[in-house]
Amino acid sequence: MKWAVIVFPGSNCDHDCYYILKDVLGQDVCYKWHKDTSLSGIDCVVLPGGFSYGDYLRCGAIARFSPIMNEVIKFANNGGRVIGICNGFQILLEAGLLPGAMLRNESLRFICRNVYLRIENSKTVFTKGTQTGQILRMPIAHAEGNYFADNDTLNKLHENNQIVFRYCTPEGVVVPDANPNGAIDSIAGICNENGNVLGIMPHPERVTEQILGGVDGRLIFESIINRQ
Amino acid sequence: MKKVKVFVTLKEGILDPQGLTTKHALESINYEGIEDVRVGKYLELKFSKDISEEKLNQMCEQVLSNPVIEDYRIEIA
Repeated sequence: MKWAVIVFPGSNCDHDCYYILKDVLGQDVCYKWHKDTSLSGIDCVVLPGGFSYGDYLRCGAIARFSPIMNEVIKFANNGGRVIGICNGFQILLEAGLLPGAMLRNESLRFICRNVYLRIENSKTVFTKGTQTGQILRMPIAHAEGNYFADNDTLNKLHENNQIVFRYCTPEGVVVPDANPNGAIDSIAGICNENGNVLGIMPHPERVTEQILGGVDGRLIFESIINRQ
Repeated sequence: MKKVKVFVTLKEGILDPQGLTTKHALESINYEGIEDVRVGKYLELKFSKDISEEKLNQMCEQVLSNPVIEDYRIEIA
């Protein structure tokens, strides 16, 4: 499987994604610079975390108009798999590949800590290797992760099973206390209607080796790989 | 040269924690009667030639604001 990690000015999780795909999971992976204009031969695109364009204007607002994004949008619309992590999720929202928007964390603070996620939909290509109700532990690191969608959009997300991850307690209970940023319905990750585009606020690429504190993040990448 | 001012604010009904915190700060030093504070963005654009209002609106909807969560207002100087 051939992966592309997109690099925007200000991306800072691009190397982590590249490393775990290549060295931990043995995948064929390349970087694509924001000015690149081709994704030919690519099976899965990763939009990594970071602060693309310094988060100027709004998170992801400028990155969304970089040349490579035209290709990412075409790629996604043709059914190509795209995973956006943290800032990558924000870029997907700005690009309109996923519905809704990110607001500042309710606390107004940048939050960097481990959270627990409950798998709400294990049928997506990104969660095939998990089970609905399974609890994963992953770190978050963001100031704008307070997911928002209007009522119509939210209803549609529920109806189509597009809510993939929700923040929960270590026991898997979704309660306001376990919601780190105020996200509506405790949403931590969603997919598009066709199920080929995923946005996730926590960082699965940071928990793929026991020495770094956990391996739960591996399940996401392995789900994508094993589907091939 | 034409100058255009753009004000971007969170839509009505969307929680603005920054505005709320600012309101609390004002109240904590005894400013009374504040019903609501909303924090927004202000952008100033200068053009070397005339620009249609339609183009300006397009600019605001496509780039300068996120219509999912924000409203904007244009003032042409």
